[in-house]
Amino acid sequence: MSKGRSPFLTWMLVLGMAFLYVPMILLVIYSFNKSKLVPVWGGWSVRWYVELFQSPEVWSAVMLSLKIGVVNATFATILGSLAGLAMVRFGRFKGRTLMSGMLAAPLVMPEVITGLSLLMLFITMQDLIGWPAERGFTTITIAHITFSLAYVAVIIQSRLVGMGETLEEAAQDLGAKPFRVLTDITLPRLAPGMMAGWLLSFTLSLDDLVIASFVTGPGSNTLPILIYSRIRLGLRPDINALATIIILVVAVGVAIAGIIMMRQQRQRDLELSRVSDG
Amino acid sequence: MSEQQAYIDSPWLDPDAEPFIKVRGITKKFGAFTAVNNVDLDIYRGELFCLLGGSGCGKSTLLRMLAGFEQPTSGSFSIDGVEMANVPAYERPTNMMFQSYALFPHMTVEKNVGYGLKQSGVPKSEIEDRVNDILKLVELQDFKKRKPHQLSGGQSQRVALARALVKEPKVLLLDEPLGALDKRLREQTQFELMNIQEKVGITFIVVTHDQEEAMTLSTRIAVMDAGQFSQIGTPTEIYEFPESRFVADFIGSTNIFEGRVAEESGDHVTVDTEAGPVLIDHGMSVQNGARVFIALRPEKIQLTKEPPVAAGPNQAKGVVEDIGYLGDVSIYRVRLDNGTLVDVTAPNLVRPKNRTHKITWEEDVYLSWSASSPILLTK
Amino acid sequence: MTDTMRDSPVPEVDKALENPPLGARISRKIQSSWKSVVVFLPYSWLLIFFLLPFVIVAKISVAEALIASPPFSSLLEWTDEGILTIRVVIDNFLYIFQDDLYVTTYLNSIKISSISTLLCLLIGYPIAYGIVRSPPTTKNMLLFMIILPFWTSFLLRVYAWMGLLADQGTINNLLIDLGVIETPIRMLYSEFAVYVGIVYTYLPFMILPLYANMEKLDNTLNEAAADLGAKPTSIFFTVTLPLTMPGIVAGGLLVFIPATGEFVIPDLLGGGNVLMIGRLLYNEFHANHDWPVAAAVAIALLVLLVAPMMLYQHYQAKEAEAR
Repeated sequence: MSKGRSPFLTWMLVLGMAFLYVPMILLVIYSFNKSKLVPVWGGWSVRWYVELFQSPEVWSAVMLSLKIGVVNATFATILGSLAGLAMVRFGRFKGRTLMSGMLAAPLVMPEVITGLSLLMLFITMQDLIGWPAERGFTTITIAHITFSLAYVAVIIQSRLVGMGETLEEAAQDLGAKPFRVLTDITLPRLAPGMMAGWLLSFTLSLDDLVIASFVTGPGSNTLPILIYSRIRLGLRPDINALATIIILVVAVGVAIAGIIMMRQQRQRDLELSRVSDG
Repeated sequence: MSEQQAYIDSPWLDPDAEPFIKVRGITKKFGAFTAVNNVDLDIYRGELFCLLGGSGCGKSTLLRMLAGFEQPTSGSFSIDGVEMANVPAYERPTNMMFQSYALFPHMTVEKNVGYGLKQSGVPKSEIEDRVNDILKLVELQDFKKRKPHQLSGGQSQRVALARALVKEPKVLLLDEPLGALDKRLREQTQFELMNIQEKVGITFIVVTHDQEEAMTLSTRIAVMDAGQFSQIGTPTEIYEFPESRFVADFIGSTNIFEGRVAEESGDHVTVDTEAGPVLIDHGMSVQNGARVFIALRPEKIQLTKEPPVAAGPNQAKGVVEDIGYLGDVSIYRVRLDNGTLVDVTAPNLVRPKNRTHKITWEEDVYLSWSASSPILLTK
Repeated sequence: MTDTMRDSPVPEVDKALENPPLGARISRKIQSSWKSVVVFLPYSWLLIFFLLPFVIVAKISVAEALIASPPFSSLLEWTDEGILTIRVVIDNFLYIFQDDLYVTTYLNSIKISSISTLLCLLIGYPIAYGIVRSPPTTKNMLLFMIILPFWTSFLLRVYAWMGLLADQGTINNLLIDLGVIETPIRMLYSEFAVYVGIVYTYLPFMILPLYANMEKLDNTLNEAAADLGAKPTSIFFTVTLPLTMPGIVAGGLLVFIPATGEFVIPDLLGGGNVLMIGRLLYNEFHANHDWPVAAAVAIALLVLLVAPMMLYQHYQAKEAEAR
């Protein structure tokens, strides 16, 4: 019973990975298809990339999505970190149970419900106070912050629990007031978690179709809305090209993040060995 | 005592006795690392055999190979005449008591203990009876319905023992059976373990790093180092007649002096050491002038304030540098005139307050020992 | 959910310093006010943009549809006599429970997400177990490969299957080229395609909690079972499976809950042939503009999912406690 994989498990791993990756690989290959009919091979070509780059519609959708993504990620990280901090470090406060429920629910709430309810809120508010006057960038961003902050809060909470309170107690013991403890100790240690939260929020926002399509208004197409409106009617080679670019961007981004993390790890190992040598 | 009688208590002395467990040339490699290196071992029926050694010496690997969790790289072994190479763990006539106890957290005590019987298809009513009997033996009959997380360390240990015993294996393997208990409980449990072994009559193989535990429990001990046996013998043999510096040092504490053989004759040996000339009252097969080591147990040295009556071997003079008071005994660290440090233990026969001949720091003292005490070691 | 946290030390300190000097009191005021801000900002955000919308949906679900903007009647109304009255219309709920289409869709959603969850479990369990049993470096690589699809677009992953399953798609082309079939098999726009899509996109949600759970399993328990005479299959059913139950439940809920409300997959892969509640809601709202019925459908979906969601929360809380 030595710890190892049986052939069955190895096969499941191979098949599972093939299942996850073969569709993506085919997607990329067919983006270089000359033919207008996606699955019919007509020779290599980059014409769909050229067409894609010449489409102002695509560009404006990309810009809108990026804008929403950045603003969303920034606000969600701030609000989510505050929420996580309150949940883990403030002990019991009035309404803590409600808050923990409101932080947990967006993670499992079906998107159609979140989208529908937010739209109804925006319409009711418009009726009552005249804001938001029109739907688009602002309403989508607000909707995205609402569910993103819950994801950030989860990351921050688990980091805070994992960190423990020893260092904070040590700082207090050495005379630091609570606010100083927060700025000198807690926040710097939370920085990697906040970075992860920012990236996750950014990705979630770029990925969202359902909620955005509820709360958007005329003329405000995010990238997923644009893609959806095109693929509803069937396969389109330009979408394959778009998908390839997105996969490439993600792969490069993940590789950079991986290299940075590996560097940091090596740096830490080096420092550690220096400390133990000294 | 007749010779036959002696063989019943110590079957390893009987040249005709058939070993119950035969280990032949077992080697286990993990990549480039050799955990167990070509070992042979005979264990007899009814023994309580200890594998003793520091961490990483290969004792646990050897035990795990006996249980069937690791496959030997080469070599073979048999239990009760049956070759074990191709027998999977779940069909071996061995049961193991794990160091972490490995109690199934989702089952009650009763279910844990009955698990093995259920796996071998024993009828339900018989399982119940046997579980009850064995729980009575380890005095846990009132804890049947508890889950492992509701038990104390000592109780968990006894459940693990009961679970391994209930199948009445030919050999019970115990991996650091008392390692997780605190000192007091460990001492008490040692004797319980011996009593239980006597009652059930099963051959026990115990892995431990604790030499005191090994000395108390076992019929014989195998001291392991770097994947090989340094020495196999009864506790007395191992302690009084170590065969190497490693064994002498590992079991109990000892003073080791380097020296050269000055005189070798049939009935005695004299060695010149850092602690002066040492006379040993029995012959050894060593060459004159050979480099050897003398091991001398601290409790075998006498400590006095008065100089010895006559000059001669087996005595030395020094100054007390440190005293460690342990209650029953005190350890005196004495620096000889030539700078060598020697540890001496002396029982505290009277209370310190009333002691007239109290030895204290910086005092001149004289050491002496009998010619039967020093052990001559060549490796 | 209950508060298990004990009182923070802060109020006790307050009690100890009953009458501190003025300066200390002011400084303490600042100290405690930043804490209020920390709580206040996310709290009010969630109240306004998360809780309030549900209250509004609940309200609209009991309103009447009107041809107006907004297209529903008000819950509170001033009657002619100047009395405030509440008008609750349960017609919307009666309507969706009497209409065959809604009931069928509701049941079909449960069926599809249950079967998909089971498929995810059957495929995901051996994969998670295989990862746990891999050597450390391979293990990290495999985990990375499971997580990676999360970072690419969900929509495009569904789209990839459109290309594979279409009548003129990769799979049909391949089978025809190999001579296995002569005419294409209809796969896209069927329930089969929806199952494939859900399993494909939600498989990582099943694998990751299972992996986290299995990783904590003590291998000596397997050894102990083998030592006591259990064969590998028996070890699996008596030890491994019961001990991985928390992972199975967590993974199952993480697939079941979003799959039940799924809109994109039934819409793109199921076409008009597969009825699922999320898609129905979307259409009711965007195509039919019947807001009160859409709201009622949303409430009905929520009711269906409340129990699984609470169960998931319960498991998460228990996990956090165990840590």
